[in-house]
Amino acid sequence: MFAHRHLLGIEGLARSDIEAILDLAEIYADLNRRPDKHADALKGLTQINMFFEASTRTQASFELAGKRLGADVMNMSVAQSSVKKGETLIDTALTLNAMHPDLLVIRHPSSGAAHLLAQKVNCAVLNAGDGRHEHPTQALLDALTIRRAKGTLHRLNVAICGDIAHSRVARSNILLLGRMENRVRLVGPPTLMPARAAELGVEVYDDMAEGLDGVDVVMMLRLQKERMDGGFIPSEREYFHRYGLDAEKLAYAKPDAIVMHPGPMNRGVEIDGTIADDINRSVIQEQVEMGVAVRMAAMDLLARNLREARAGA
Amino acid sequence: MTLLLTNAILIDPEAGTETRGALRIAEGVITEVIPDEGGSARQMIRAREVIDCGGLHLAPGIVDIGVKVCEPGERHKESFRTAGAAAAAGGVTTMVTRPDTKPAIDNPETLEFVARRAREIAPVRVLPMAALTKGRAGREMVEIGFLKDAGAVAFTDCDHVVTDTKVLSRALTYARSLGVLVIGHPQEPGLSEGASVTSGKFASLRGLPAVSPMAERLGLERDLAIVEMTGAIYHADNLSTAAALPALERAKAAGLNVTAGVNIHHLTLNELDVGDYRTFFKVKPPLRSETDRTAMVEAVASGLIDIISSMHTPQDEESKRLPFEQAASGAVALETLLPAALRLWHAGALDMATLFRALSLNPSRRLGLGTGRLVSGAPADLVLFDPHAPYVMDRSNLRSKSKNTPFDEQRMQGKVRMTFVAGRMVFGAGQEAAA
Repeated sequence: MFAHRHLLGIEGLARSDIEAILDLAEIYADLNRRPDKHADALKGLTQINMFFEASTRTQASFELAGKRLGADVMNMSVAQSSVKKGETLIDTALTLNAMHPDLLVIRHPSSGAAHLLAQKVNCAVLNAGDGRHEHPTQALLDALTIRRAKGTLHRLNVAICGDIAHSRVARSNILLLGRMENRVRLVGPPTLMPARAAELGVEVYDDMAEGLDGVDVVMMLRLQKERMDGGFIPSEREYFHRYGLDAEKLAYAKPDAIVMHPGPMNRGVEIDGTIADDINRSVIQEQVEMGVAVRMAAMDLLARNLREARAGA
Repeated sequence: MTLLLTNAILIDPEAGTETRGALRIAEGVITEVIPDEGGSARQMIRAREVIDCGGLHLAPGIVDIGVKVCEPGERHKESFRTAGAAAAAGGVTTMVTRPDTKPAIDNPETLEFVARRAREIAPVRVLPMAALTKGRAGREMVEIGFLKDAGAVAFTDCDHVVTDTKVLSRALTYARSLGVLVIGHPQEPGLSEGASVTSGKFASLRGLPAVSPMAERLGLERDLAIVEMTGAIYHADNLSTAAALPALERAKAAGLNVTAGVNIHHLTLNELDVGDYRTFFKVKPPLRSETDRTAMVEAVASGLIDIISSMHTPQDEESKRLPFEQAASGAVALETLLPAALRLWHAGALDMATLFRALSLNPSRRLGLGTGRLVSGAPADLVLFDPHAPYVMDRSNLRSKSKNTPFDEQRMQGKVRMTFVAGRMVFGAGQEAAA
């Protein structure tokens, strides 16, 4: 069973861990569709969301997940608080630690920030995205979405497209999909591909037609505005022409291939608006829905381990 | 007043030998090397003081090029007192100090301050280096002549690369006319800016900004071209990648006055040691692949790399207890240099004479010091050590004020028992307990 203190990344998870989260998330997905959406798995526990980077959807998703399970939820938008006054991550964390939280959700612009935090606090830490490193709950919600749409999470061909180099979503998905024995392809311009990408157990393409050929899942990534001009790619319009997902490029994938995007989307940059809105192909709204369920499941499992550890101590 | 060190294994890096014997010391210099002292009781009697080395290894003291003592500016990280104590305990008999302090040591007044502090407080020899350009900013050369007169033994901007090739070529041309050594840390700063690890699978998985090893080769090739153009005396320090070595080999074959150095961390650690963002393993340049590490060890064995240094860089807890990208670079190493280097000896990669050629003889020669040898007439700067003594490293026991060592909690083998500077014991008998 799921025997972890923290959820810092997919890297430390075994296949059985991933399945445990997804199976529990299925139950919460059903709960979330009922009129009474309340459970009490986190009753009496305190959840603090520390977001050192602006985020709307992930923060809302974690907040809702905590509230539906009965936790006391507090949001700290640290981006505009004491950090600006020179306080370090560790000082902020120790201050919060003194308030006895049980679950600490952190998003931070630096890779490894969640690991650092986990060493210094005595509660469960959930990584909600650290730099370019990992975003484990995103990969888990993507996995749940794929499993529900395709009926399986094994032996699928999945293309992850776009700015792989700067994407924590891509890293977590590569690890998770690999662990579940899927074939992962990375498609994007070589300037946005991580070094030695092929050593990550994936196939690397710089052409969408080849990369999407016969895939079951097309996962598009967001291209950050600041990377569009000259530095990594020549221009926004050339990027859309060569790597933006439109009906023509999607035709290379299997006829029943699904289209995913972690959001927020740049319509007309990495994805054509009509594809994103096509209810027969796009599962982007389902991803958001599964996000809440997966976060409920992850926090529930961590809380169980936390209670067990405290009872034993 | 003579001192006799008997029953030792004498490591002579110049002759490339390890022999049983004894050393006689008088007036701060070695006056006699007595191989295999069996039956030499007559000579022993003549010594005022006799120390039985108990069959341990006796080698020329380490000359460590590139030690950062944080005076002036950051004495809370390291002072001449603490660095001096650490050096003595580590078998380092000469610290060649770096000018990358705050402010940089770029004028004779600051250099004299440093030299005076060192003279008053440090138990080992201290030779200061000066910056090559003012404020290490890469725009104007320092007063190389005045600084040389004030005692600067070499000129370096350390990890700041002089990007303007005109400034560098003029500084090297001027330095050559004074016959002074210039030290560079080759790097192409455009590529390496912001990087905290070496590019590759590990960096990709960790999501850290990374630099290709090729950036070092680019920097080295540029520097060597300017050395060829100016005829300067140049030491390429802190090399770490296999890709840079062919250029070095060509420059040496072409007869340029070039030597090269590597720091101990790039010989004993690799990029994977960073693990889950352990900032004590963040050094500059970043740790490299295992292939690079073994290539550097082989280059030391072959003599292509001349010098091993500690690149001792104290950092306080606050500057290391940050996310990896923001954390400060560098590691303290004065006390761990020898035990870490002995890992290479235990692994059979280097013999003792080769090790001390790189630790003691070559740096001494490059600076024209006369130490680093076990011959009659050489200064009695010595380290007596037990290469087999095992222990688990505990960073809280380090004498350095800053405790940022990557070897914390690691098994080490090799302890310094005594250190002598000019025949005077600066570490030994009873002082080990703290280690």
